[in-house]
Amino acid sequence: MNEKNLANSQLGALVYDPAPESASIARIKSSYGLFIDGAFTEASAHEHFVTLNPATEEVLATVSRASDADVDRAVRSARHAYEKVWSKTTGAERAKYLFRIARLIQERSRELAVVETLDNGKPIRESRDIDIPLAAAHFFYYAGWADKLDHAGYGASPQPLGVAGQIIPWNFPLLMAAWKLAPALAAGNTCVLKPAETTPLTALVLAEILEQAELPSGVVNIITGDGSTGAALVEHPGVDKIAFTGSTEVGRLIQQRVASSAKHLTLELGGKGANIVFEDAPIDEMIEGIIDGIFFNQGHVCCAGSRLLVQESIADEVLRRLVRRVEQLRVGDPMDKNTDVGAINSAAQLARIQELTAFGEREGATRYSSACTLPDKGYWFAPTVFADVAQSHRIAREEIFGPVLSVLTFRTPDEAVAKANNTNYGLACGVWSEKGSRTLWVAERLRAGVIWANTYNRFDPASPFGGVRESGFGREGGRQGLEAYLNV
Amino acid sequence: MAPEEIGVIIARSNDAPTIESEAQLRALLSGLSGVDAVGVEARAAKLATRSIKKSTKMTAIDLAISMVDLTTLEGADTPGRVRSLCTKALRPDPRDLTVPSVAAVCVYPDLVAQARTALGDANVSVAAVATAFPSGRASMAVKLLDVREAVEAGADEIDMVIDRGAFLAGRLGQVYEEIVAVKQACGDAHLKVILETGELVTYDNVRRASWLAMLAGADFIKTSTGKVAVNATPPVALVMLEAVRDFAETSGRVVGVKVAGGIRSTKDAMKYLVIVNETAGSAWLTPQRFRFGASSLLNDLLMQRLKQQRGAYVRPDEFSGD
Amino acid sequence: MSDRLEVRKTYKLLVNGAFPRSESGRTYEVLSARGEFLANVAQGSRKDLRDAVVAARAAQSKWWSSSAYNRGQVIYRCAEMAESRRAELAEHVGLAEGVGAKQSAKSVARAIDRIIWYAGWTDKVAQVFGGANPVAGPFFNFSVPKPCGVVAVVASQDSSLEGFVDQVFAPLCTGNSVIAVSSERRPTPSILLGEMTATSDFPPGVLNIVTGVTSELAPILASHEDVDGIDLTGLDQSAATELHALAAGSIKRVFRSSAHDTSSSTRRLRTFIDTSTVWHTIGQ
Repeated sequence: MNEKNLANSQLGALVYDPAPESASIARIKSSYGLFIDGAFTEASAHEHFVTLNPATEEVLATVSRASDADVDRAVRSARHAYEKVWSKTTGAERAKYLFRIARLIQERSRELAVVETLDNGKPIRESRDIDIPLAAAHFFYYAGWADKLDHAGYGASPQPLGVAGQIIPWNFPLLMAAWKLAPALAAGNTCVLKPAETTPLTALVLAEILEQAELPSGVVNIITGDGSTGAALVEHPGVDKIAFTGSTEVGRLIQQRVASSAKHLTLELGGKGANIVFEDAPIDEMIEGIIDGIFFNQGHVCCAGSRLLVQESIADEVLRRLVRRVEQLRVGDPMDKNTDVGAINSAAQLARIQELTAFGEREGATRYSSACTLPDKGYWFAPTVFADVAQSHRIAREEIFGPVLSVLTFRTPDEAVAKANNTNYGLACGVWSEKGSRTLWVAERLRAGVIWANTYNRFDPASPFGGVRESGFGREGGRQGLEAYLNV
Repeated sequence: MAPEEIGVIIARSNDAPTIESEAQLRALLSGLSGVDAVGVEARAAKLATRSIKKSTKMTAIDLAISMVDLTTLEGADTPGRVRSLCTKALRPDPRDLTVPSVAAVCVYPDLVAQARTALGDANVSVAAVATAFPSGRASMAVKLLDVREAVEAGADEIDMVIDRGAFLAGRLGQVYEEIVAVKQACGDAHLKVILETGELVTYDNVRRASWLAMLAGADFIKTSTGKVAVNATPPVALVMLEAVRDFAETSGRVVGVKVAGGIRSTKDAMKYLVIVNETAGSAWLTPQRFRFGASSLLNDLLMQRLKQQRGAYVRPDEFSGD
Repeated sequence: MSDRLEVRKTYKLLVNGAFPRSESGRTYEVLSARGEFLANVAQGSRKDLRDAVVAARAAQSKWWSSSAYNRGQVIYRCAEMAESRRAELAEHVGLAEGVGAKQSAKSVARAIDRIIWYAGWTDKVAQVFGGANPVAGPFFNFSVPKPCGVVAVVASQDSSLEGFVDQVFAPLCTGNSVIAVSSERRPTPSILLGEMTATSDFPPGVLNIVTGVTSELAPILASHEDVDGIDLTGLDQSAATELHALAAGSIKRVFRSSAHDTSSSTRRLRTFIDTSTVWHTIGQ
């Protein structure tokens, strides 16, 4: 059988009719205020911005921009709640609030999934099956810790830090909120959370959930805004702890600013993950793992396996299968239940992806992009694989944060490790092999906070996540995730 | 890089390798890539989330009906039972002639003649389970006689079982030779080789047994007899579909896949069709290359078909119980 | 007083297992707490630190990949070496810190006991701060604390031995390599300790000690991009703030404290480890 016909025939195949999730489930309001001291309030300067559906460029809602004064109000509210209420609430009671929140997220999961997909552009299958269930699971997991902190391994009666300022990114909006809030609250801190500018909506729905859970006023404050709002939160003297997830550039600025204060800091920053494929890998699952590694969430994943390091002996075969598989990816309407790859989150992010991929071509890498048809409106980028990439190419070094994979080769395990570690980042890596001893040998030597063996992009509240070197410090998830919010 | 350039990166031979020794066969099979159980199960589960709606669903239901090997394999089977099954096979819904016939009627060898008579020259095949089905525990002579008699009685397709004991004991050459011999005994009849994946247990075994059967000349590889605890599962089907895809690529010979046992609902059938579609590709979405070995599945497909047309759920009694 | 003329020692740097003078050829005069001339100590330079970082980077993976048990043995060996030279250490602690013989002897004893505390930590760290994680899926998932890599230590200016020991052995015991800048005015106890590590089976480059002017040396380490972590204990608040900001350039792990820590807290130890979590599929 002709190879090409086979690949093409898979496209024509069983043509799935559109299976759209209903947008009306989202119940998005036309405008949102700031959630401060247990209530939605108008921003002091009456400034607003809009959040778009990146798949259609339609306006979803108007959102308030928190000014310095609003940040101050939120921090004061959090401080007051910390001193008067939360620090006097027993661990067992805190646990019950967190369990409640977990249950409420589960109850409203379909609504949250739809809101997330509309606001972020990620496929509904992912928000429904991954983001929202994991967010609930995080609250469920940390709920159980709230009254067991003595047993967390940091000594007896570990104390909270106080008020935590938390700044989260746009790639997993609700999940990142859960990663930040759940351990902070379990450890006894109060929070001021700032969602990303382009994806504020699920955090605002979460604010409604906190109201339904009857969490005491001020324990969690959610303030929307842009970079200046985040900066004001970082600078605020009433904040004891900053937790930030985002780019290494911004993380660096935050660490510099926090240096002059006694604020505690954890950073979860960028990455350029290597997915290492040995010739004895389980090939079909490995191809799926490479696909998941880079095209999950349009590649808007700090731990994405954006560098494929493939053993030279199987490089051609892997590339051939990979390209065939890329063609099969269903790119388009994120609300369609059969969509694999959704919209790029913003025009700015799309521009960055386009700029870096143009570099890739100019630097001489061989580009293969899916021939999929992209919608006319919205921000889209076809899944792309670059072959013949050299270590020195920009596309092998810089975080693209999009659906773009760079393929490099290696000859020996030693060389694989050397190439994987040849980056200032160190968030995540993948290793594919049927030989356990070699996998562990490689895992031991990789400079990465997370190593997936024969799998990729798996997350769990019990599993610590975070980087080494310029991918940041501190862990989220697991027992280790408590350390970031305890004065130990 | 254009796909056609990628396609020629590897020069492939266009013939299935000729097996000359057990050692060669063993080397070939152990050279196949392993299967990661977690990965293959996750992939199958992900494909199961595909949402098949509207006209796709109608197309898929009709496709599934046309792929059914309508099966009765009971000790209590009688000529009467087989005749009524054949009637059902030809016209699954006598009120609606747009409903396609099923692919085949599958019976024990001694009932092949009755089935042949009932089906006449219609475009529904007679399939017979042979080779001491379901255990395969008989001498080679008995197995071959079983096959020859079924073919002589008019079987178009033979569903043989491999000797799982021999496979698990590592006597791969014996399994291979049995298939070769049965294939020869089949003459023009198509040979489906039942791997009984529930007894092979591991996905690695499923992949190796699939290749072994294909190398030995199978026209179809089939999951199960339906007579053991674990029958067809989506991940097993996925592994077998990967095998036929890769075998076609390396040898140029196309082999079909039959899933059998425990597939009762339209929803299940849709899952398998999606796996076929996204693994081996649409070229396999035909009764010539994919089959469901089932009995009660057919009525559920008919009910769902009518529901799609009427827009309301229908009673099971709308359709005959055959 | 003996009529024999004392044989004096030249106090040198410890870089890559050797005891060089500063490549700059500079020395500075170190006085005792009472203001008497004690020694001309090597005044390390930018290039000495550069060499030390290169050596530390090269040594780190070997140090880390030796077994935790082995690292414990090496550190314990260092305590043995120190024990046999207690008198000498005590004399220098006394001179440096201006404390009496009794007090300096106690300080040395505590320092040696602290080394032993860390020797015992090497093969406990992974068990105490790592472990298996019960994830909701067919995966074996375990967390291992790994060293962050190369750690710079700006040693306590006051606590010439005890503080130095705590700062240096915390990152060493978890598998980091270290470049320490000794107390500017009280460097000699740390230099002696460095000599003892040379006979303790430490691979060359694992511990490097550079003496000199703190305000000149510390910023070089804080801004050095191939340094992964820094302990700023030996700096006052404003200098620490400034260097903390410099360290942010390469997202270093930063430990700040106003005084040396004698508690059983593991904060310093934890600052210079990064939890690495491995997932592996489970299937037959």
